[in-house]
Amino acid sequence: MQPAVTLRVTRYRPEQESEPTLATYEVPYRKDWVVLDALNYIKDTLDGSLSFRWSCRMGVCGSCGMKVNGSPKLTCASFLSDSLPGPIRVEPLDYFPVVRDLVVDMSDFMRKLKKVKPWIIRHDERPLAEGEYLQTPDQLDAYKQFSMCINCMLCYSACPIYGLEPSFIGPAAIALAQRYNMDSRDEGAPERLEILSEHDGIWQCTFVGECTKVCPKHVDPAGAIQQYKLTGAIHWLKSLLLPRGAR
Amino acid sequence: MSAEAHYTPYHPRWYRRRVSVWWWLQNRAYAGFVLRELTSVFVAFFAGVTLWQLRTLAQGPDAYARFLACLGTPLFVALHAVAFLFVLFHSITWFNLAPKAVVVRLSGKRVPDWVVVGLNYAAWLVLSGAVALIVLRGR
Ligand code: SF4
Ligand code: FES
Repeated sequence: MQPAVTLRVTRYRPEQESEPTLATYEVPYRKDWVVLDALNYIKDTLDGSLSFRWSCRMGVCGSCGMKVNGSPKLTCASFLSDSLPGPIRVEPLDYFPVVRDLVVDMSDFMRKLKKVKPWIIRHDERPLAEGEYLQTPDQLDAYKQFSMCINCMLCYSACPIYGLEPSFIGPAAIALAQRYNMDSRDEGAPERLEILSEHDGIWQCTFVGECTKVCPKHVDPAGAIQQYKLTGAIHWLKSLLLPRGAR
Repeated sequence: MSAEAHYTPYHPRWYRRRVSVWWWLQNRAYAGFVLRELTSVFVAFFAGVTLWQLRTLAQGPDAYARFLACLGTPLFVALHAVAFLFVLFHSITWFNLAPKAVVVRLSGKRVPDWVVVGLNYAAWLVLSGAVALIVLRGR
C-alpha cells in the first residue's frame, strides 16, 4: 500500500501576495481518508494557517466544496483512494471570488437564492386550527429530488455560463425555485416565473449540463432549468394566444 | 449569514480569476457542448438549401435543373456530407437530452427517461420512413 500521498493545494494570502500560489504537502495515506481529512491533517500538523470550510463531514452541510483534480467535489466525499497515486490537486471553487486559500465568498449565491423566493407562498394562509397541509406520496415525489439541494455551489463552479455571465441566477437557485413550484402546497409559481424569465434567469442557460453531473445530491439542476423553460415558453404562448381570462 | 450582511462586489483583496477564452477546451464535456452549439450552423445550412430549392421550384423547370446541377458539384456533395454528420450529431445529442426537459407523469409516476428518448427515435424513424416512401415512390 502507498505510504503517503502528495497534495498540491492552492494558497492565497491576500496580505502577502496578489495572486494565488501553489503549496505542496505530503500526507500519510489511509484507505478511509477523504480529501478533507488530508486537509485537516495539514492544518493540524504541517501548516496551521491553511484555510478552508467544512462542518458536517458527511455530505449534508454543503460547506466543503472545492475543486479536486479539476472538478468540483465535496471534499468530505472524495476519497484519497480514488485519486491514487496522486498528486491530488485541491483548488477553491471556480467563478467565486477567493477570500483566502480555499475559502470563497458566496454572498452572490446567497443573494440569488433569496431572489427566487425559496419558501412556500400562499394567497391565504390556512388557520392553524385546520391542521397541516396534507400531501400524497406522489405529490411529495414531484419535488423531492429538487429539495435535496445542500447549497454546496458545486453546480455554479461547473457552469461556464455563470463564469462568463456572473449575473446568471444559476443552477441551484433555479432548481430550488422549481422545488417550490412543484410543491402542491405552494401558490407562488407565477411570481417566481416573472423573476426567472428575466434576462438573468432561465434563458441564460444554454444547457451545458455539467451542473447535473457534478451535483453530489442528484438534484439535476439542468433538468429543472429545461423544464422551467418549457413552462415559461408555454406560458408565453398562452399569453399570446388566449384572452386574459382563460390563461 | 445575517440579513444585514453586506455584499461587496469588488472587494480589493478578493482574488478573481478571469475566464479564459479557451474555457471550452478545459474538458471533453465543454468541448462537446460547444460542438453541439456549432451544429446549429449546419442545420441552418440545410434549411437554407431547402428554401433555395423551393424558390427554384417556383421559378420553373430550367431553374430547378440548374439547382440540381449545382447540388451535384463536388463542393456541394462534400458540404452536404459534412453538414449531414453535424446534423446527425445535433439530433442524437438533443434526443438524448430530451428527457431532461420533458417530464411526463402518468398516474403520478414519472415516465422513465429511456421511454422519452425512445419515442423521439421512433418518431424520427417513422418520419424518415414516410419521407423515403414518398421520394422513392415518386421515381
Ligand atoms: S444543485 Fe446540487 S451541486 Fe448545486 S448547490 Fe444544490 S446540491 Fe450543490
Ligand atoms: S463537510 Fe459538510 S458537506 Fe462536506
